[in-house]
Order: sequence, then C-alpha cells, then structure tokens
Amino acid sequence: MRYLPLTDADRRAMLSTIGVASIDALFADVPKAAWLDRPVDLPPHQGELEVERTLGRMAAKNLPAGSAPFFIGAGAYRHHVPAAVDHLIQRGEFLTSYTPYQPEIAQGTLQYLFEFQTQVALLTGMDVANASMYDGSTACTEAVLMANRVTQRSRALLSGGLHPHYRDIVATHARLAGFTADMAPPDVAGDEDLSALIDERTSCVVVQNPGFFGRLCDLRALAEAAHKKGALLVVAVTEAVSLGAVQPPGAMGADIVVAEGQSIGNALNFGGPYVGLFATRDRFVRQMPGRLVGETVDVDGKRGWVLTLSTREQHIRREKATSNICTNAGLCALAFTIHLSLLGEDGLRRLARLNHARAVELADALAAVPGVTVLNDSFFNEFTVRLPVPAAPVVEALAARFILGGVPVSRLYPDAPTLADLLLVAATETTTTEDIDRFARALREVL
Amino acid sequence: MSELKFSKDHEWVRVDGDVATVGITDYAQTQLGDVVYVELPAVGKQVEQDKEAAIVESVKAASEVYAPLSGEVIAINNELADAPGIVNEAPTEDGWFFKLRIKDAKQLDSLMDEAAYTAYVEGLA
Amino acid sequence: MDRSQGRVTRLAPESAGDGQTVSGHRGLMLEEKLIFEQDEPGRCGVDLPEPAAFASRLGGLERKQAIGLPGLSEPQVVRHYTRLSQHNYGIDSGLFPLGSCTMKHNPRLNERMARLPGFGDIHPLQPPSTVQGALELIHTLAHWLKRLTGMPAVALSPAAGAHGELAGIMTIRAALEARGDARRKILVPESAHGTNPASAAACGYAVESIPANARGRVDLAALEAKLDHDVAAIMITNPNTCGLFEPEMIEIAAAIHAAGAFLYCDGANFNAIVGRVRPADLGIDVMHINLHKTFSTPHGGGGPGSGPIVLSAALAPYAPLPKVIEEGGRFRLVEQRAGEAAESVGRLKAFHGQMGMFVRALSYMMSHGADGLRQVASDAVLNANYLLASLKDALSPAFDGPCMHEALFDDGFLKDTGVSTLDFAKALIDEGFHPMTMYFPLVVHGALLIEPTETESRQSLDQFITVVRALAQRAQAGDAAHFHAAPRLTPRRRLDETAAARKPVLRWRAPAPLKAAE
Repeated sequence: MRYLPLTDADRRAMLSTIGVASIDALFADVPKAAWLDRPVDLPPHQGELEVERTLGRMAAKNLPAGSAPFFIGAGAYRHHVPAAVDHLIQRGEFLTSYTPYQPEIAQGTLQYLFEFQTQVALLTGMDVANASMYDGSTACTEAVLMANRVTQRSRALLSGGLHPHYRDIVATHARLAGFTADMAPPDVAGDEDLSALIDERTSCVVVQNPGFFGRLCDLRALAEAAHKKGALLVVAVTEAVSLGAVQPPGAMGADIVVAEGQSIGNALNFGGPYVGLFATRDRFVRQMPGRLVGETVDVDGKRGWVLTLSTREQHIRREKATSNICTNAGLCALAFTIHLSLLGEDGLRRLARLNHARAVELADALAAVPGVTVLNDSFFNEFTVRLPVPAAPVVEALAARFILGGVPVSRLYPDAPTLADLLLVAATETTTTEDIDRFARALREVL
Repeated sequence: MSELKFSKDHEWVRVDGDVATVGITDYAQTQLGDVVYVELPAVGKQVEQDKEAAIVESVKAASEVYAPLSGEVIAINNELADAPGIVNEAPTEDGWFFKLRIKDAKQLDSLMDEAAYTAYVEGLA
Repeated sequence: MDRSQGRVTRLAPESAGDGQTVSGHRGLMLEEKLIFEQDEPGRCGVDLPEPAAFASRLGGLERKQAIGLPGLSEPQVVRHYTRLSQHNYGIDSGLFPLGSCTMKHNPRLNERMARLPGFGDIHPLQPPSTVQGALELIHTLAHWLKRLTGMPAVALSPAAGAHGELAGIMTIRAALEARGDARRKILVPESAHGTNPASAAACGYAVESIPANARGRVDLAALEAKLDHDVAAIMITNPNTCGLFEPEMIEIAAAIHAAGAFLYCDGANFNAIVGRVRPADLGIDVMHINLHKTFSTPHGGGGPGSGPIVLSAALAPYAPLPKVIEEGGRFRLVEQRAGEAAESVGRLKAFHGQMGMFVRALSYMMSHGADGLRQVASDAVLNANYLLASLKDALSPAFDGPCMHEALFDDGFLKDTGVSTLDFAKALIDEGFHPMTMYFPLVVHGALLIEPTETESRQSLDQFITVVRALAQRAQAGDAAHFHAAPRLTPRRRLDETAAARKPVLRWRAPAPLKAAE
C-alpha cells in the first residue's frame, strides 16, 4: 500500500526487536468483546486511478459556480483567486507543517500570521486581531461569549440584519451554555431600532454590516447607545471585500469585529473550510480567544515571532480558558494573507469598486424586470429583491435553466411567510454583463 | 510587627496593625519562572481566606493566588502592570500584590512562621 | 502534576562567530522582512479593470481613510512567501514525532480531489438539485465513519476536534434535560487534553478530575467513588494520552451508564485502533474524530481541522445540524430544528461543515480501504513499540509494558544532568527533527510523548533512535552546555517568550513620521 513504508521483512524484524510474536500481542489490553478479527465491512484499498474515478463521478454531478451565471452570496462569495495563491499554500513547508509551538523552526508560519493579524486589524479599523478562528459564524459566537466575560453580563441582543446561521449558532450556545440571546425580527426594511432595547443587563449588541439583506448602516449612534449602558458593540462582516470600500466597523465604535474571510484567497468549497477574522481593542486583548502571535527577539538579538499570551488558551488554562478552541484556520489564513498581499491597498480598493459596480449593474437590470422590486437603498455587492411570487420555486426554475440565481430568503427563514417572496442576490468581479443579461431574461420567462 | 507569615499555598503576609500586605514567596516565583502578568483584585473587593484572590501568570502557566486571610482589599500594587518582573526580583518586598484590612485576626494563627514554612518547603522537594 | 513546562531560560547572547555575511542571509537560509516593510505605493500584484463611472449606492458610507495595506508585485509576493516557507519544518521535510497529533503523511491525491471544480467551486446554498454529488460525498463519508466506529449516527458539521467535543457535550446536556435530569458535573481524567475540561466548562459544567492509577490508566475505584447522580458524563480518551489502552473501558462504560450518565470518548488517538477496534463495542455514547489526525487531512500550520462526531442511538436525536438524508437515491439537507430534527441541539456552524476536509478524508479512506486502514493501526502501534523497545534503556519509560501508537517517557533519564526536557527537545531540533510532544500529559514529570505514525519507514525510525540515544548519552555525560545553547542551526535560536508576553507586540505599526531635519 503506497502510503505504508513498512515491508513484511521490516515488520518481522521489528517484532523481534520488541520481543513479541505478532502485532496482536501489542493489542493485549483490548477486551475480547471489542476485538475485530477481520477488516470492517467496507471496500478494500484502491489505487489513485480508481479513487479519482469514483470521486470524479461524484464531483461531476455538481454544477460548479463557474459553469453558470452565478448570483449566490448569503455569507460566502465567489471571487477570483490569483493562481499564485494556491501554488504557494501547497508548498510542503506550509501545507504539512504543524502549529508553531517550536518557534525556532516555524518562523515562516509565525511571520505570516503576524502579517495576517496586522492585515485584519487594518481592514477592520481595530487595534489588534488574532491568528484566525474557524470561520465568521463561530467567531461571532466567541465574540458574544467574550462580551459576556468582559461585561460580566449574560444577555446578548442580536440584530435582525445578522446572518440567520450566525444567529442560530448563538442561540444554540445560549440554550446550552446558559445565557440569554434576544433576537430582533428579520430586518428587511432596515428600520430596526436596537438602541431602545439596550439596558444595564445587555452584554453586547451584535449587528452585521453590510447586513444580511445587503443594507449599509452608520453604526456610530448605536455604538454610543450601547456604551452608555455599559454594553459592547459587536459587528460582523460576512463579505471581507466590502472592507475595501465601506467604512470599517472600527471607525464606527465597534468593540469587537468578527468577519468571514473566505472572500479573500479561499474558494467556495461548499461551505468550508473558511477563515474567521476576530479583532478588538487593546484593552480587551487578554479576554480574546484564539491564538496570538507576538514579536520578540532571539538570543542573538534577531527579530522573530512566537505564540504569546498563551495563558488565555485551553492547553494551559483548561476549564478556565477564554475558549476551548485549539486549531485556527491555518492554511486558509495563509491563503487570505497571500491574496491580500497581491492586492495591496490599490488592488483591494479597485476590487471592491468593481464588485459594487457589478452589483449596481445587476440591480438596474433586475429592477427593469416586470414585477421585481429592488428593496435596498444602499448595498455593497449584495441586495434583496421582492418577487411577485414565492422565491424558492423561482430559484429552482432558474437552476433548471442552469442559472444560479441567488438564494431565496425562505431557505434561511423557512418559518416567515412574509419573507417568502424575497430573493437575495450578489454580484462580484467574476460576474459579467452577459451573466446579468441571461439572469434578467430567464427571470422574465420564469415569472 | 512586621515579620512574615506564610500559607501552604506559598503566599506571604506582612501585618501592620489591621492591614496585611500579601505576595507570593521566593519559592513560588522560582517555580513559576518569569512572571509576565498579574491579575489583581479590585480595590474594595471582599476576599475570603483560602479562596482565589489574584492570578499570577508566567509564559507557560497561570496560577491562582489565594487570600491567606479574609478582608477587604484596600490597595493593589500598580507597579506590577508595567513591570511584572518585580515579583521575581523582589517577591517579598516591592513584588507585593495587594493589601487588605484584616477581618478576623484569629486567622493569623492558621499561618506558618518562617521556620515552619522553610521546613514545609524542604519537605516538598 | 508537572506544570513547570521547563523554566524559560534566561537568554545569554553568544557571539555570532564567523559566518557573518553582508546580506544577513546565510547560504540558502534567506532572511525576509515583513510585507509592510516592502511597501511601495502604486504597486499591485493583481491586474483588475477599473469600472466605468457610476453612481455609488454605498449610502454615504464610503471608506475614507487609507487602509494601510502595502503594495507589492507578484514576483515579490511569491519570493516573500517562498522564503517564509523555507523557515518552516513540515511532515514533508521529516519525522514529526508529536504524541497526540498523528502527524502522518498528507497524500497529494487528496489535494487534487479537493480542488476538482465540482467540489471546490460549489456554493453551500445552491439548490440541492445542483449539488447532489456533494451531498453524496458527505453521505458516503458519514457511512465510512459509522462503519469504522460501529456507531449508528454521525454529525459532520463541527469544524475541529474541540468543536466536536463541544457538540458532543451539548448532545449529552440536551439528552439529560429532555428526561428532566439536568446534572452539573463532568468527570475528566487528569491526563486529559486541555480541550476536554475547556469544552465541558463552555457547556456550563463543573469539571472534576479523576486520578490515574500507577499503571497510567483511569482508576476505576476512584471513578466509582466520584460517580453520583450529579455526574452528567465522563470524558475518556482511548487509547489515553499516555499512549495506553484503557483495558477497563467496558467496565467504565457500565458504571457510567448505571449511574444514568454518558460516556464521551475523545477520538484523538483513533489511529491506534482504527479498523481493529470499534469504539461502539467499548460502550461509548459519543466520540469526536479528528480528520486531520487519523484521516490525514493536512495540519496546514495549525488548521483547518474537522471534528465530526459519532453518536449512539440515545444521543442521535440531539445531533447538531445540518444532516444529509438519502431517500431513493436522492440526497437532501435537513437544516432546521423542526420535524425529524426537532430535538437537535441546533446549528453550531454556518453552512454544512468542512467540506474540503471531507473530500480529502474520503479520498484517504478509499485509498486505504478497510484492509489498509486496519494495517494503518497495526503499523502505527508497531512503529511506536519499536521506538519504545529501542529507547527504553536510554530514556525512562513512564510505564511498564508495551504502548499503543505513542510512547511516553518522563525526564527521569535527565536527573542530575542539568538538562530539562525542553533543553533536550531544542537539541533535537539541531539534529533535524521536530521535537516530540513535551510536558504533556501533565500526569508525568517532564513528559516526552512520541508518536511516529505508520507512515515512517524503519530507516527513518532507526535514524531517530540513533540521534536520541546519542543525545541522551551526551546529557548524562554532563555536557549540559550543549543543550542549553540549542538550537544553534535554525533560522532563529531560542526566542524571548517572556518579553513577548510582558510587552505584547501583536501587529506591525507604521513608524511615526520623522521630524523635519533642522
């Protein structure tokens, strides 16, 4: 078997060194009742060719986003990742390396994570960022838990503009870890007033910008209202590219910013692995979850980097840790960093402008379809349209025409009949005028 | 009276009237290694004997510091925020953690004197 | 319990000696500044068209200030990250004897499969009719995990092992609450990985420790003494973190169940028993599996991971969302806490889980097959015992008798040498090896935990043995200085972690503008 270097001769010689007659002797502690004397009921080993055939057949049953006019967002976005990114992350010293606990032989990992932390702090307009979390959605829950710790309160207030999955996860934790999460109803019109709901028991207010329905919001008034009552403002960003064009949460009074970094450097991958960004103010740094890389020097006085403030983490603090998290997003964070290094200031701003331009073009085209109303007065690259009929069957009908025409809001809010006619659509730099025309035409036919 | 008394968790106490100054012993700081951060109680907090009052961190460990006596915290050592290394350099002098107003002087009897503590530490080796 | 982790050595700078270069490079060991220090405004590594003028609809919220990102061209970026990679060690470079991590070879077939457009370029919220192959893959992976563990149910969404632990503990809590029997404690062996108590605490439980017996296993009598009706669960790793199989696992399960509690199994060490033992036959209720350990998905410098959980029939109704269901050859997703999933604890992650890792893991499983996976466990245990047998006179094994897939030593062999476990590990680095796991588990003093995995050849192990024996001899011969100064040959030598923690510098900052010259 190609991944197993030991030969039968090796095995015999090694058993002899150990002083036992067979491998089975080394499993002597396993009780007879649990002993399997033959392989489990699964297919036997296969060569690369057969595995490729089997998995290739499965892959061929899916419609890739690049093969059709594609307008789906809702928390994961299709962007063009430059070829250099994937080549670099596949270097064995990155792909197959371990967590940088031995800094002398992991300066590569530590330096790029330090660069990543800096990039995230700059993008979000905050003081300090960690070396990534699993994804934006779990980072959001960690932010709520952190706010509970910092304020010593246990009531979170979640905006109706926060991604429904992010809300659901906070709700799961609230139910099972014993705190309260108050959910404002879905905020399609963008007119929710959370300030009125904040009181002295509130640990944090969690909003999303751009919101789930696409709208952009000036958060400064809300930040003030929260701070007046001793609560923190947590802002989630699900489209990292938006930070190239939109005021960052850090400039609007956010205390904690969480984001989904997938848009930069990472493919859609059917939902994972992604990369969670987490940034906060200096004064909260010891309450932050996740790994942190810090600068220092070695015995020779040369600049280098190490994992630091480790006493927050589970491997030291165990049940008193700020989080149970062990892994970070590793290679996905590297992909993010490399892509962002290629883009730089000018590139990211231009990329963001392009995204917005395509979305504006899309909005104009859809607004011209009879019966279709664009609901947003503001958006970045994603917005909500109201159809004259329920949106879910329309999306199926479009898919039958090989058009991936957005997400029906009812997929994420199935119990809200008033939202059944809403469709969430996104455009990026990968969207062409031809794609938009085909979408608009097909929509006309289907409606 | 300013002789030191010691707890089995390696805290020292220096009593002056009804005020006790608390820190960790030289043995404790040696075991801990370089101190990087100290989390002190808030002034005004009521601490209870043998319950957690502060946390002292090295690079690779975080240790609870227990209150050797019950009382109200009346002062904390603000120098430790910028220079936690003082705890290593002068654990029983400048490296003090906090001062408290003693609630029950009888609790002093449960602490060890220097000789007893020295013997206790030797027994741990 | 040893929490000393080896005291951070006071740094005593040595002279750099000869070998000074003008560039600061040392042969192929190339220094590389931060990207922020290579910035030149106007440079960009991506060519993007400028959109034609249009009216912005950003609602007046345009970003006004510069972000502060540096501009570099593609050649500079490629060189930057290439140089950084050269400062790293990876499993592709050499042995990673890290106990508890299962650093096995990462097959490149897995990378090719994960990058098929049919897997990599699909959105999680596409209509299910357009992603039937993706749902089929998830369903197939679920099937393999159920067969390998013998458990009837599986949830694939947890993003990492610790996340899986949290999910598993949540299902236990939900099950107890459903029968009106909420309890407040979870028992955790003192040898457990830190994520165990952290996950239990994250779910609102108080954690109580169970001691190990003199043979390094869970003390059954001590466990039974702590088992009251306030215990919700015990978290057991099997094989345990000392690399030993828990022979009384079935008895432990029986005792736990008799008390109305649940048995959580930490599956981090599944590599020792995959294909040879089914955890279901040991009486477990829920177990997480680290796809990045047993099933070869790459460690990537710290992530991403994937931590699916397998569950018993009793806990299955509470499994987190979403689920993939097969009906008549078609696949659908259950994404809501309603109907058939009304009792689910709910969602723990956006979308469906770490699909990229599912593809890699299934590619690995199919490549090995049932027979190959069984051989994996055999060879993993054989390799570890070979190391144990070859090193037991040079080092000090923590426990008598054979081990499973990892061998545990304590620092007894370094007694009176002035060399700590940390120093020993740093000397190993100069010899071209990543050190073994150090100071874990906490139950042994100065622990060294060595897990070679099945993908090491005998030649590789022999080389490691030779080096470790030589270092042990050198330490015992009194050459402590050699160890204290290690490593010498790496891109950086020992780093000042104390300074990093006292005055944390967690990002680059633009230097303040210079005052105008007089």
